[in-house]
Amino acid sequence: MFVAKHNAGWVIILSFIIALLLTAMPLPEWLVNWWPAWVVMVLVYWCMALPLRIGIGIAWLLGFLLDVQTGALLGQNALGLSVIAYFTNQRHRQIRVFPLTQQSLLICFYLILFQFYTLWIRGMTGVPPQHWSFWAPAVTSMLLWPWLFVTMRGIRRKYHVS
Amino acid sequence: MTVDHRQGHLESVRAVISTIVYPLQYMVSLPLDLSRKISESLVTRKALLEENQRLRQERLLLNSRLQRFSIFQEENRRLRALLASSVELHERVLVAELVEVELQPFRQQIIINKGQREGVYDGQPVVDSDGIMGQVIHVGPFSSTVLLITDSTHSMPVQINRNGLRSIAVGAGRNDILLLEYLSANADIKEGDLIVSSGLGRRFPKGYPVGTVSDISHIPGETFSNVTVLPSAKFDQSQEVLLVWPHTDNTQENKAAAEVVMN
Repeated sequence: MFVAKHNAGWVIILSFIIALLLTAMPLPEWLVNWWPAWVVMVLVYWCMALPLRIGIGIAWLLGFLLDVQTGALLGQNALGLSVIAYFTNQRHRQIRVFPLTQQSLLICFYLILFQFYTLWIRGMTGVPPQHWSFWAPAVTSMLLWPWLFVTMRGIRRKYHVS
Repeated sequence: MTVDHRQGHLESVRAVISTIVYPLQYMVSLPLDLSRKISESLVTRKALLEENQRLRQERLLLNSRLQRFSIFQEENRRLRALLASSVELHERVLVAELVEVELQPFRQQIIINKGQREGVYDGQPVVDSDGIMGQVIHVGPFSSTVLLITDSTHSMPVQINRNGLRSIAVGAGRNDILLLEYLSANADIKEGDLIVSSGLGRRFPKGYPVGTVSDISHIPGETFSNVTVLPSAKFDQSQEVLLVWPHTDNTQENKAAAEVVMN
Protein backbone atom coordinates (compact mmCIF):
# COMPACT_ATOMS: atom_id res chain seq x y z
CA MET A 1 0.00 0.00 0.00
CA PHE A 2 1.24 3.41 -0.85
CA VAL A 3 1.69 5.58 2.18
CA ALA A 4 1.18 9.28 1.59
CA LYS A 5 4.47 11.10 2.05
CA HIS A 6 4.71 13.68 4.77
CA ASN A 7 4.82 17.13 3.26
CA ALA A 8 4.82 20.81 4.11
CA GLY A 9 6.67 20.29 7.36
CA TRP A 10 7.72 23.91 7.26
CA VAL A 11 4.12 24.97 7.95
CA ILE A 12 4.16 23.06 11.21
CA ILE A 13 7.55 24.42 12.21
CA LEU A 14 6.49 27.94 11.31
CA SER A 15 3.32 27.63 13.37
CA PHE A 16 5.34 26.54 16.40
CA ILE A 17 7.77 29.42 15.89
CA ILE A 18 4.90 31.88 15.70
CA ALA A 19 3.43 30.41 18.86
CA LEU A 20 6.78 30.85 20.64
CA LEU A 21 7.04 34.43 19.35
CA LEU A 22 3.55 35.23 20.59
CA THR A 23 4.44 33.80 23.99
CA ALA A 24 7.51 36.02 24.21
CA MET A 25 5.76 39.18 23.05
CA PRO A 26 6.21 42.11 25.43
CA LEU A 27 2.80 42.99 26.85
CA PRO A 28 1.21 45.70 28.94
CA GLU A 29 1.02 44.87 32.62
CA TRP A 30 -2.73 44.14 32.73
CA LEU A 31 -2.62 41.68 29.86
CA VAL A 32 0.34 39.58 30.99
CA ASN A 33 -1.61 37.17 33.16
CA TRP A 34 -4.44 36.82 30.64
CA TRP A 35 -2.21 35.97 27.69
CA PRO A 36 -3.42 32.64 26.25
CA ALA A 37 -1.15 29.60 26.14
CA TRP A 38 -0.36 29.73 22.42
CA VAL A 39 2.13 26.90 22.40
CA VAL A 40 -0.27 24.51 24.12
CA MET A 41 -3.09 25.33 21.71
CA VAL A 42 -1.00 24.94 18.55
CA LEU A 43 0.47 21.72 19.89
CA VAL A 44 -2.97 20.29 20.68
CA TYR A 45 -4.16 21.16 17.20
CA TRP A 46 -1.31 19.37 15.44
CA CYS A 47 -1.46 16.40 17.81
CA MET A 48 -5.10 16.03 16.95
CA ALA A 49 -4.82 16.66 13.20
CA LEU A 50 -1.60 14.73 12.53
CA PRO A 51 -1.22 12.25 15.39
CA LEU A 52 1.30 10.18 13.47
CA ARG A 53 3.59 13.12 12.89
CA ILE A 54 3.34 15.25 15.96
CA GLY A 55 3.54 13.43 19.25
CA ILE A 56 5.27 13.26 22.57
CA GLY A 57 8.78 13.65 21.13
CA ILE A 58 8.02 16.94 19.41
CA ALA A 59 6.14 18.14 22.48
CA TRP A 60 9.14 17.32 24.62
CA LEU A 61 11.55 19.30 22.40
CA LEU A 62 9.10 22.18 22.18
CA GLY A 63 8.81 22.16 25.95
CA PHE A 64 12.56 22.53 26.31
CA LEU A 65 12.54 25.54 24.01
CA LEU A 66 9.74 27.05 26.06
CA ASP A 67 11.62 26.35 29.29
CA VAL A 68 14.71 28.17 28.16
CA GLN A 69 12.72 30.97 26.60
CA THR A 70 10.70 31.68 29.72
CA GLY A 71 13.50 30.97 32.18
CA ALA A 72 11.59 28.13 33.79
CA LEU A 73 13.13 25.04 35.33
CA LEU A 74 14.59 22.88 32.56
CA GLY A 75 11.99 20.20 31.86
CA GLN A 76 9.04 21.88 33.51
CA ASN A 77 7.14 22.71 30.34
CA ALA A 78 8.63 19.71 28.53
CA LEU A 79 6.89 17.26 30.84
CA GLY A 80 3.64 19.23 30.89
CA LEU A 81 3.44 19.46 27.11
CA SER A 82 4.33 15.78 26.67
CA VAL A 83 1.48 14.74 28.93
CA ILE A 84 -0.95 16.91 26.97
CA ALA A 85 0.39 15.54 23.66
CA TYR A 86 -0.01 12.00 24.94
CA PHE A 87 -3.66 12.44 25.90
CA THR A 88 -4.46 14.22 22.65
CA ASN A 89 -2.75 11.54 20.56
CA GLN A 90 -4.62 8.81 22.40
CA ARG A 91 -7.99 10.40 21.84
CA HIS A 92 -7.46 12.18 18.53
CA ARG A 93 -10.33 10.40 16.77
CA GLN A 94 -12.75 11.43 19.48
CA ILE A 95 -11.51 15.01 19.76
CA ARG A 96 -11.65 15.57 16.00
CA VAL A 97 -15.39 15.02 15.86
CA PHE A 98 -16.18 17.06 18.95
CA PRO A 99 -18.14 20.24 18.26
CA LEU A 100 -16.06 23.39 18.71
CA THR A 101 -17.58 24.24 22.09
CA GLN A 102 -16.66 20.85 23.46
CA GLN A 103 -13.14 21.19 22.10
CA SER A 104 -12.86 24.55 23.81
CA LEU A 105 -13.90 23.01 27.10
CA LEU A 106 -11.30 20.31 26.59
CA ILE A 107 -8.63 22.98 26.03
CA CYS A 108 -9.76 24.67 29.22
CA PHE A 109 -9.47 21.37 31.05
CA TYR A 110 -5.99 20.71 29.61
CA LEU A 111 -4.80 24.13 30.66
CA ILE A 112 -6.19 23.79 34.16
CA LEU A 113 -4.27 20.52 34.44
CA PHE A 114 -1.18 22.18 32.98
CA GLN A 115 -1.40 25.16 35.32
CA PHE A 116 -2.05 22.90 38.27
CA TYR A 117 1.07 20.96 37.45
CA THR A 118 3.05 24.19 37.02
CA LEU A 119 1.72 25.40 40.36
CA TRP A 120 2.86 22.18 41.95
CA ILE A 121 6.39 22.44 40.52
CA ARG A 122 6.68 26.09 41.42
CA GLY A 123 5.38 25.44 44.89
CA MET A 124 8.09 22.82 45.34
CA THR A 125 10.82 25.16 44.12
CA GLY A 126 9.58 27.94 46.38
CA VAL A 127 8.16 30.43 43.90
CA PRO A 128 4.38 29.96 44.05
CA PRO A 129 2.37 32.55 42.11
CA GLN A 130 0.46 34.80 44.46
CA HIS A 131 -2.64 35.77 42.55
CA TRP A 132 -5.74 34.02 41.25
CA SER A 133 -5.08 35.35 37.74
CA PHE A 134 -2.49 32.57 37.45
CA TRP A 135 -5.44 30.49 36.17
CA ALA A 136 -6.60 33.10 33.67
CA PRO A 137 -4.85 31.60 30.58
CA ALA A 138 -7.22 28.63 30.80
CA VAL A 139 -10.21 30.94 30.27
CA THR A 140 -8.70 33.08 27.51
CA SER A 141 -7.35 30.05 25.66
CA MET A 142 -10.76 28.43 25.85
CA LEU A 143 -12.41 31.51 24.35
CA LEU A 144 -9.78 31.77 21.63
CA TRP A 145 -9.73 28.11 20.60
CA PRO A 146 -12.55 28.18 17.99
CA TRP A 147 -10.84 30.96 16.04
CA LEU A 148 -7.47 29.30 16.28
CA PHE A 149 -8.94 25.97 15.23
CA VAL A 150 -10.67 27.37 12.17
CA THR A 151 -7.56 29.31 11.12
CA MET A 152 -5.28 26.35 11.58
CA ARG A 153 -7.63 24.08 9.66
CA GLY A 154 -7.71 26.58 6.82
CA ILE A 155 -3.93 26.72 6.76
CA ARG A 156 -3.61 22.96 6.90
CA ARG A 157 -5.97 22.49 3.96
CA LYS A 158 -4.44 25.27 1.92
CA TYR A 159 -0.91 23.90 2.16
CA HIS A 160 -1.99 20.24 2.15
CA VAL A 161 -0.13 19.48 5.33
CA SER A 162 -0.39 15.78 6.03
CA MET B 1 14.12 19.07 36.73
CA THR B 2 15.50 18.10 40.10
CA VAL B 3 19.01 18.06 38.70
CA ASP B 4 18.52 21.51 37.21
CA HIS B 5 17.11 22.89 40.44
CA ARG B 6 19.55 21.39 42.90
CA GLN B 7 22.84 21.00 41.10
CA GLY B 8 22.96 23.06 37.95
CA HIS B 9 24.75 20.43 35.84
CA LEU B 10 22.46 21.31 32.97
CA GLU B 11 23.73 24.85 32.49
CA SER B 12 25.56 23.84 29.32
CA VAL B 13 22.39 22.28 27.88
CA ARG B 14 20.50 25.44 28.70
CA ALA B 15 23.23 27.51 27.07
CA VAL B 16 22.93 25.50 23.84
CA ILE B 17 19.16 25.79 23.73
CA SER B 18 19.37 29.49 24.45
CA THR B 19 21.31 29.98 21.20
CA ILE B 20 18.27 28.58 19.38
CA VAL B 21 15.83 30.64 21.37
CA TYR B 22 17.72 33.92 21.30
CA PRO B 23 16.95 34.71 17.62
CA LEU B 24 13.26 34.31 18.44
CA GLN B 25 13.52 36.61 21.41
CA TYR B 26 15.49 39.07 19.36
CA MET B 27 12.84 39.01 16.66
CA VAL B 28 10.12 39.70 19.18
CA SER B 29 11.90 42.68 20.65
CA LEU B 30 12.81 44.05 17.24
CA PRO B 31 9.58 45.98 16.47
CA LEU B 32 9.73 47.78 19.82
CA ASP B 33 13.39 48.57 19.29
CA LEU B 34 12.66 49.90 15.83
CA SER B 35 9.77 52.04 16.95
CA ARG B 36 11.95 53.51 19.68
CA LYS B 37 14.70 54.28 17.21
CA ILE B 38 12.26 55.86 14.78
CA SER B 39 10.71 58.02 17.46
CA GLU B 40 14.20 59.03 18.51
CA SER B 41 15.08 60.12 15.01
CA LEU B 42 11.83 62.07 14.67
CA VAL B 43 12.13 64.34 17.71
CA THR B 44 12.01 68.02 16.97
CA ARG B 45 14.95 70.33 17.05
CA LYS B 46 13.49 72.15 20.02
CA ALA B 47 13.22 69.00 22.08
CA LEU B 48 16.78 68.11 21.21
CA LEU B 49 18.01 71.53 22.22
CA GLU B 50 16.16 71.31 25.49
CA GLU B 51 17.54 67.90 26.20
CA ASN B 52 21.00 69.07 25.30
CA GLN B 53 20.76 71.94 27.74
CA ARG B 54 19.46 69.68 30.48
CA LEU B 55 22.27 67.21 29.92
CA ARG B 56 24.83 70.02 29.96
CA GLN B 57 23.57 71.17 33.33
CA GLU B 58 23.54 67.65 34.63
CA ARG B 59 27.09 67.16 33.44
CA LEU B 60 28.25 70.33 35.16
CA LEU B 61 26.67 69.17 38.39
CA LEU B 62 28.11 65.68 38.16
CA ASN B 63 31.53 67.02 37.23
CA SER B 64 31.64 69.26 40.26
CA ARG B 65 30.66 66.30 42.41
CA LEU B 66 33.27 64.17 40.73
CA GLN B 67 35.99 66.67 41.63
CA ARG B 68 35.19 66.31 45.28
CA PHE B 69 34.91 62.57 44.81
CA SER B 70 38.45 62.29 43.47
CA ILE B 71 39.72 64.25 46.48
CA PHE B 72 37.87 61.90 48.78
CA GLN B 73 39.18 58.90 46.93
CA GLU B 74 42.73 60.14 47.35
CA GLU B 75 42.14 60.81 51.01
CA ASN B 76 40.55 57.41 51.44
CA ARG B 77 43.54 55.73 49.87
CA ARG B 78 45.93 57.61 52.17
CA LEU B 79 43.93 56.71 55.24
CA ARG B 80 43.71 53.10 54.18
CA ALA B 81 47.44 53.05 53.63
CA LEU B 82 47.90 54.47 57.12
CA LEU B 83 45.69 51.75 58.52
CA ALA B 84 47.49 49.18 56.37
CA SER B 85 44.19 47.78 55.18
CA SER B 86 43.58 46.52 51.67
CA VAL B 87 43.19 49.07 48.90
CA GLU B 88 39.84 49.19 47.11
CA LEU B 89 40.15 47.85 43.60
CA HIS B 90 38.65 49.35 40.52
CA GLU B 91 35.77 47.58 38.88
CA ARG B 92 35.25 46.82 35.22
CA VAL B 93 31.79 47.44 33.78
CA LEU B 94 30.03 46.66 30.51
CA VAL B 95 26.80 48.14 29.18
CA ALA B 96 24.14 45.61 28.16
CA GLU B 97 20.73 46.17 26.65
CA LEU B 98 17.49 44.56 27.72
CA VAL B 99 15.79 42.18 25.33
CA GLU B 100 12.14 42.95 25.82
CA VAL B 101 10.33 39.64 26.08
CA GLU B 102 7.81 38.14 28.43
CA LEU B 103 9.16 35.46 30.72
CA GLN B 104 7.31 33.36 33.26
CA PRO B 105 4.51 35.29 34.92
CA PHE B 106 4.97 36.00 38.63
CA ARG B 107 8.75 35.89 38.38
CA GLN B 108 11.08 38.88 38.23
CA GLN B 109 13.58 38.05 35.53
CA ILE B 110 14.99 39.86 32.51
CA ILE B 111 17.05 38.88 29.47
CA ILE B 112 20.07 40.93 28.43
CA ASN B 113 21.95 40.85 25.14
CA LYS B 114 25.39 39.94 26.50
CA GLY B 115 26.59 36.42 27.15
CA GLN B 116 29.59 34.11 27.33
CA ARG B 117 31.25 35.87 24.40
CA GLU B 118 31.55 39.06 26.44
CA GLY B 119 32.75 37.17 29.50
CA VAL B 120 29.53 37.26 31.50
CA TYR B 121 29.56 34.70 34.29
CA ASP B 122 27.03 33.02 36.54
CA GLY B 123 26.26 35.13 39.59
CA GLN B 124 27.53 38.38 38.11
CA PRO B 125 25.99 41.53 39.62
CA VAL B 126 23.90 43.75 37.36
CA VAL B 127 23.23 47.42 38.17
CA ASP B 128 21.50 50.32 36.48
CA SER B 129 22.25 54.01 36.87
CA ASP B 130 20.37 54.20 40.17
CA GLY B 131 21.16 51.01 42.01
CA ILE B 132 21.54 47.27 42.07
CA MET B 133 19.17 45.38 39.78
CA GLY B 134 20.03 41.73 40.24
CA GLN B 135 22.40 38.95 39.31
CA VAL B 136 22.97 36.73 36.31
CA ILE B 137 21.54 33.24 36.74
CA HIS B 138 21.85 31.63 33.30
CA VAL B 139 24.52 32.47 30.74
CA GLY B 140 24.09 31.63 27.06
CA PRO B 141 26.56 32.37 24.28
CA PHE B 142 24.77 35.57 23.20
CA SER B 143 22.33 36.38 25.97
CA SER B 144 21.87 35.82 29.67
CA THR B 145 19.04 35.74 32.16
CA VAL B 146 19.11 38.07 35.15
CA LEU B 147 17.24 37.41 38.38
CA LEU B 148 16.11 40.74 39.81
CA ILE B 149 16.55 41.50 43.50
CA THR B 150 12.76 41.83 43.79
CA ASP B 151 12.14 38.16 42.90
CA SER B 152 10.75 36.21 45.81
CA THR B 153 13.63 33.74 45.69
CA HIS B 154 16.26 36.43 45.87
CA SER B 155 17.90 37.85 48.95
CA MET B 156 21.06 39.88 49.34
CA PRO B 157 23.17 41.20 52.20
CA VAL B 158 22.77 44.94 52.75
CA GLN B 159 23.59 47.59 55.29
CA ILE B 160 22.14 50.93 56.24
CA ASN B 161 24.33 53.66 54.83
CA ARG B 162 23.88 55.93 57.86
CA ASN B 163 25.14 53.60 60.57
CA GLY B 164 26.33 50.40 58.95
CA LEU B 165 23.59 48.26 60.49
CA ARG B 166 23.51 44.99 58.56
CA SER B 167 20.47 43.15 57.30
CA ILE B 168 19.19 41.01 54.45
CA ALA B 169 17.02 42.43 51.67
CA VAL B 170 14.51 39.87 50.42
CA GLY B 171 12.45 40.24 47.26
CA ALA B 172 8.67 40.16 47.55
CA GLY B 173 7.76 39.16 43.99
CA ARG B 174 6.67 42.73 43.14
CA ASN B 175 8.86 45.24 41.38
CA ASP B 176 8.24 48.06 43.83
CA ILE B 177 9.16 46.64 47.23
CA LEU B 178 11.89 44.79 49.07
CA LEU B 179 11.71 43.57 52.65
CA LEU B 180 14.45 43.84 55.27
CA GLU B 181 14.64 40.82 57.50
CA TYR B 182 15.99 40.23 61.00
CA LEU B 183 15.94 43.81 62.19
CA SER B 184 14.90 43.90 65.84
CA ALA B 185 12.18 46.24 67.03
CA ASN B 186 14.66 48.64 68.64
CA ALA B 187 17.05 48.77 65.66
CA ASP B 188 18.21 52.24 64.72
CA ILE B 189 16.40 52.66 61.42
CA LYS B 190 14.32 55.52 60.09
CA GLU B 191 12.13 56.13 57.08
CA GLY B 192 14.19 57.50 54.23
CA ASP B 193 17.40 55.70 55.22
CA LEU B 194 19.51 54.69 52.25
CA ILE B 195 20.19 50.96 52.02
CA VAL B 196 23.42 49.94 50.26
CA SER B 197 24.94 46.58 49.44
CA SER B 198 27.30 45.43 52.16
CA GLY B 199 29.58 43.28 50.03
CA LEU B 200 29.25 40.36 52.43
CA GLY B 201 28.73 37.10 50.60
CA ARG B 202 31.15 38.44 48.00
CA ARG B 203 28.65 38.41 45.21
CA PHE B 204 27.58 42.04 45.01
CA PRO B 205 30.20 44.79 45.17
CA LYS B 206 30.12 46.92 48.28
CA GLY B 207 28.45 50.30 48.46
CA TYR B 208 25.96 50.28 45.60
CA PRO B 209 22.55 51.74 46.52
CA VAL B 210 19.75 49.19 46.87
CA GLY B 211 16.84 51.33 48.02
CA THR B 212 15.40 53.65 50.60
CA VAL B 213 13.36 52.65 53.62
CA SER B 214 9.74 53.51 52.93
CA ASP B 215 7.85 51.99 55.83
CA ILE B 216 8.59 50.54 59.24
CA SER B 217 6.00 48.74 61.31
CA HIS B 218 6.25 46.56 64.34
CA ILE B 219 3.59 44.16 65.53
CA PRO B 220 3.71 43.97 69.34
CA GLY B 221 4.95 40.57 70.43
CA GLU B 222 6.96 39.90 67.30
CA THR B 223 10.75 39.76 67.60
CA PHE B 224 11.53 41.56 64.35
CA SER B 225 9.95 44.59 62.78
CA ASN B 226 8.63 44.71 59.21
CA VAL B 227 10.73 47.08 57.15
CA THR B 228 9.74 47.87 53.59
CA VAL B 229 12.27 49.27 51.14
CA LEU B 230 11.63 51.08 47.89
CA PRO B 231 14.25 49.82 45.40
CA SER B 232 16.33 52.55 43.79
CA ALA B 233 16.88 50.69 40.51
CA LYS B 234 14.22 51.51 37.93
CA PHE B 235 13.14 48.04 36.91
CA ASP B 236 10.44 49.07 34.48
CA GLN B 237 12.27 52.00 32.92
CA SER B 238 15.89 51.08 32.39
CA GLN B 239 16.75 50.17 28.82
CA GLU B 240 20.45 49.75 29.50
CA VAL B 241 21.99 47.95 32.42
CA LEU B 242 25.57 47.65 33.59
CA LEU B 243 27.33 44.35 34.14
CA VAL B 244 29.91 44.70 36.87
CA TRP B 245 33.10 42.70 37.31
CA PRO B 246 33.94 43.35 40.93
CA HIS B 247 37.64 43.23 41.86
CA THR B 248 38.92 42.53 38.38
CA ASP B 249 42.12 40.77 39.34
CA ASN B 250 40.72 38.01 41.52
CA THR B 251 37.71 37.10 39.45
CA GLN B 252 38.59 33.42 39.65
CA GLU B 253 38.51 33.51 43.41
CA ASN B 254 35.23 35.37 43.30
CA LYS B 255 33.76 32.77 41.01
CA ALA B 256 34.78 30.02 43.37
CA ALA B 257 33.20 31.89 46.26
CA ALA B 258 30.05 32.42 44.23
CA GLU B 259 29.81 28.73 43.50
CA VAL B 260 30.12 27.91 47.16
CA VAL B 261 27.28 30.30 47.89
CA MET B 262 25.17 28.66 45.17
CA ASN B 263 25.51 25.23 46.69
